[in-house]
Amino acid sequence: MTTQSKTQKHRKQHISRRANSIQPSGIRKFFDLLSSIDGVISLGVGEPDYTTPWHIRESAIESIEKGQTMYTSNSGMPELRKELARYLKNEYKVDYDPTNEILITVGCSEALDLTMRAIIDPGDEVIIPDPCFVAYGSCITLSGGKPVHIPTYEKNNFEITAKDIEERLTDKTRAILIGYPSNPTGAVMNRKKLADIAALALKYDLTVVSDEIYSKLVYGAEFTCFASLPEMKEHTVFLGGFSKAFAMTGWRVGYAAAPKEIIAAMTKIHQYTMMCVSTMSQMAAIEALKGEQESVTDMVEDYNRRRQVIVKGFRDIGLECYEPKGAFYAFPSIKCTGMTSEEFAEKLLEEEKVAVIAGSTFGKCGEGYIRCCYATSLKDIEEALKRMGRFVSKYKKT
Amino acid sequence: MLKDILKILENDARATPKQIAAMTGMPQMEVGKQIKQAQEDRIILKYKAIVNWDKAGNEHVFAWIGVKLEPQKDVGFDSIAERIYRFPQARSVYLVSGTVDLFVLVAGKNNHDIANFVSQKLSHVDGVKETITQFILKRYKEDGEIMESAEIVERQAVVL
Repeated sequence: MTTQSKTQKHRKQHISRRANSIQPSGIRKFFDLLSSIDGVISLGVGEPDYTTPWHIRESAIESIEKGQTMYTSNSGMPELRKELARYLKNEYKVDYDPTNEILITVGCSEALDLTMRAIIDPGDEVIIPDPCFVAYGSCITLSGGKPVHIPTYEKNNFEITAKDIEERLTDKTRAILIGYPSNPTGAVMNRKKLADIAALALKYDLTVVSDEIYSKLVYGAEFTCFASLPEMKEHTVFLGGFSKAFAMTGWRVGYAAAPKEIIAAMTKIHQYTMMCVSTMSQMAAIEALKGEQESVTDMVEDYNRRRQVIVKGFRDIGLECYEPKGAFYAFPSIKCTGMTSEEFAEKLLEEEKVAVIAGSTFGKCGEGYIRCCYATSLKDIEEALKRMGRFVSKYKKT
Repeated sequence: MLKDILKILENDARATPKQIAAMTGMPQMEVGKQIKQAQEDRIILKYKAIVNWDKAGNEHVFAWIGVKLEPQKDVGFDSIAERIYRFPQARSVYLVSGTVDLFVLVAGKNNHDIANFVSQKLSHVDGVKETITQFILKRYKEDGEIMESAEIVERQAVVL
């Protein structure tokens, strides 16, 4: 047996073209800088600052104590799928057969990845809004598809329009991927505008992949489930999860609801790559759906209070801020400083120890904006605004 | 709306009208006006802190006294309850269903203090038939607040 020589040459590893086709996260440098500074108030966290409600945690603990530690069905526990079907019907007026139209996934992230792998062939185009969640473009590219970015603007509330989509359709367009309420902008699209997109899906026989992970976090606006629009159930892959509404980010439970052929294809991939979602997470998810919902309502009310504080706060310190009606992000413009989003974020971190995410991280149309998460304490929000106020006063040009 | 203001104040009595205005989108003057009116209408009775006296090192003893009442002609439960709650030692008084009629939370410097109050004052009130005293040995949670250390929420500094 030989031991490795200390002088052994470093082997050049072969990395697949597929892995090389996606870019690493654009904020690596920012993240390294953040790690080197103490006392930072971070508005860069994209998850609730609540722990999972106790009744949900207790249910998972009980399942572990009872020894429920084996694999479940690949598609997810039948009881969970049944409860989810009931929940989706009550909440969003959509009817899905739990036996073959619902798949439980490892977070909404896996649901998105499976969808792309199930419906996209190499060369297929997928329409996405710009800016949008960082995973959209990468998941499309990893499946061999081509993301087609549709610019969205603050003056239009960062909504993707049917007109803009139609102008970019080609014979290679396979799907439209949308996520409203939006990460990073907090935009919510109204029924009429979603119906315009639905009309396109019908006209051109497209699939709409609708990421509705923030569906419960809506403030003073009506949320419309895309699949509930007339004739859209057959054209929609509805993606959702438990992370945001139930503060279950670490549990990794999500779902896809779609026509049975798509679910069958997704399940096939899922069974080979994941087997099933964690059993105790599924038990927790059942309790989340069946148990009291007051904790969700209370969380949403609390986010709403903080949303109002942060939006007013940005405006008071001289930053224009579009009013987000969903999710837990504010997306103020920093154009008045003349800096790029990256410069602003880095300088703010260095000089005032406040972490925000450069809007350009989420697409070209995010340039000139910063994403600020208000799922953090009021105390931290107020202190962050104070520090940002000093910073903006120093650098504001107009 | 007043309900929104009250929810905020119930959670943090130190929230200022300016902060409440920012959280609710209401004008600050309107918030101040509604708070003042709620105080006058005795919808807001008092502002207080929840104190962990064990940590403060102060000797404080509390007991729940279950009180059975003798219904009396022309004198309802309300008037008996009033005679009890007028005692400053009676911190809280509730009319309840079940095996007793009233629950009274009593505070005292020590067990002896509470025992004296029960035997010499409370049980002598007209209409009190029987008392059942249960001393509070340990407070785990008070008014929604866990007395021991709160859960620590640890998150990554950046999550896209």
